[in-house]
Amino acid sequence: MTFKTLQTAMAEQGYIASGDLAMALHLSLQLGRPLLLEGAAGVGKTEVARVLAAVQDTQLIRLQCYEGLDAAQAIYEWNYQRQLLAIRAASEDGETGRQVEARIFSDEFLLERPLLKAIRQTKAPVLLIDEIDRADEEFEAYLLEILSEFQITIPEMGTITATTRPMVILTANGTRDLSDALRRRCLYAHVPYPDLETELSILVTRYPEITDRLCAQIVGFVQSLRKQELEKKPGIAEMLDFAAALMGLGVADLTDDPAILQASLATLLKTQMDRDAIPTEIAQRLAGKAA
Amino acid sequence: MTLVTKFAARDPGPAARMTGFARHLRDHGLRLGVGETALAIEALCHVNAANPSEARRALKSVFTGCTEEAAQFDGLFDSYWMNGGRVKTRITPTAPNAPNEHAHSTREANAAGDPSDGAGDISAPDGGTGEADANGEGKLVATDIANLFKKDLRDIVRPDDIAEAEKIALRLGAAMRDRKSRRRVAARKGDQIHFRKAIRQSLATGGEPFALPRRHRPDRTLRVTAICDVSGSMTVYSRIFLAFLAGLMRADPRADAYLFHTKLVRITEALRDKDALRALARLSLLADGFAGGSKIGDSLNTFAGTYGRRFVDNRTVVMILSDGYDTAAPDGISDALARLKKRGCKIIWLNPLKGWDGYAPTARAMAQALPHLDLFCAANTLGDLAALEPELARL
Repeated sequence: MTFKTLQTAMAEQGYIASGDLAMALHLSLQLGRPLLLEGAAGVGKTEVARVLAAVQDTQLIRLQCYEGLDAAQAIYEWNYQRQLLAIRAASEDGETGRQVEARIFSDEFLLERPLLKAIRQTKAPVLLIDEIDRADEEFEAYLLEILSEFQITIPEMGTITATTRPMVILTANGTRDLSDALRRRCLYAHVPYPDLETELSILVTRYPEITDRLCAQIVGFVQSLRKQELEKKPGIAEMLDFAAALMGLGVADLTDDPAILQASLATLLKTQMDRDAIPTEIAQRLAGKAA
Repeated sequence: MTLVTKFAARDPGPAARMTGFARHLRDHGLRLGVGETALAIEALCHVNAANPSEARRALKSVFTGCTEEAAQFDGLFDSYWMNGGRVKTRITPTAPNAPNEHAHSTREANAAGDPSDGAGDISAPDGGTGEADANGEGKLVATDIANLFKKDLRDIVRPDDIAEAEKIALRLGAAMRDRKSRRRVAARKGDQIHFRKAIRQSLATGGEPFALPRRHRPDRTLRVTAICDVSGSMTVYSRIFLAFLAGLMRADPRADAYLFHTKLVRITEALRDKDALRALARLSLLADGFAGGSKIGDSLNTFAGTYGRRFVDNRTVVMILSDGYDTAAPDGISDALARLKKRGCKIIWLNPLKGWDGYAPTARAMAQALPHLDLFCAANTLGDLAALEPELARL
């Protein structure tokens, strides 16, 4: 499989990947290295993992990172209630201490969390570690062992080595600078906002019934909106919402009705400052240029 | 179409060329180890390496690790593999500066051994972004002439100042240890039961949890990001502040420091030099325009848009050391501070003028900044900085 066939396979699943991204994914599959995707929010980083899982016909295991995420939620935890009950029951059955200990620290009492689950699959899954920069540095350190060795050490049970190597995708959008150690273990691809042609084909793939004229207008409008000084630039998901809104409202041409255009900007601009920055006149000018 | 670089027939082979390329990248500031070179060769086995665009993409995903590097990579790739990006070949017989045992062709030796050759158009600090200033050796060539006009910071700051500042910075760091972490660790007194330990210990007592180990949320130090004004009006105070920054860098490995006058320069790396005096020497190379005018609003805005995005979060205290006299229109300041504030950080402004009797923040810049500040204090001497301890603890 070359990167071109991967690119085509992803396009069949409705994801238009740039050459750089397809190559990075291809290498990451071939070399068994994790892939770090960086880019602004809303450029389709998370979607890459979902589509890749579909292309590979495998399971997607997702770990959403947040501040304070720790091993108990990311890797594994013991099922304490069951352990307590088991100890009680054991004392009535007259089991020896050693037997009880061996039993309550066995697989039966282990709660798998995403990372452990990912390395114990029989078919290599796609493991998505989403927004890694939100988790704190301590968690990054946990990840290093898992990403380089694909093994997890549980003190009571020993080391669990991966049966299959999961395909790991990490995403980040620059909330925090990642450590060099983590970056070094990963392949890297930067996911930019799509260019005009890519975005056109994304829109057509998603809504085949859209007219060429409206399609070109929507994409042109969103692209020029991204060039404005905005707090939060609209991503691809927003662009698709915008298109859905316009089609739902039965708009055939962006410049037709300023009021409708202004109202549907709610799908693109998500802060008060951004709404204020694009008043009707500017929106009309941008729409006029896109036409 | 650009031509692919021709290597001599005596060339030792692809592995050596890849090593040369990795060295070429290292010369331009990419941090790469031997592992990456090996990985790159492995990666090329999985793609059609004879196709330049495929090879470029493959190497890009292996060798780069962040946005800046990815942006820089295409130029570097061209200069090594694509004949320096030139369309026509013209042989320019230049002797390689560094002896290079792997490269037998003049061109390759030139590309790999001489950083100033390809560097001119790739890593030259055109906009003075600070990144290009901070790394690479090539900059020395560009700066040794202008050096005479600059102030040598070693004359301004004494080493014992730094030693004292280091102590103060340590204490200030400790004073700001107030944020509760969200993750929990085992502790004698805590608000939650540590189940894992409880179960483990109850085994010894037949399942009766006699002792209930607890866990709590530990305190977490805030990270200091200091932005120091070194414009003309601040010259008198620069000595103290620079010593403080140098001390801060040495005391706290996570602290970050910037200078600004008319533009913003990151000085963290330079100040981290093990030798305090050499750190200051490096700093004076960076502080081009030292003791000139200041554009506070612009500089803070640049900070909020670039470094701020990466390094400022809710565990950061942004410490601005400036007198608030702005040579540009001051409107930018409050916007920039508002942008920074959105990242969840605390903002402290230390103003040397506030120490004067009867000072009122009448400079327009200062007046606009006030609503965004968590703390607005005087600081003229190291002693003043030390006296900030209780104030910081209250933040």
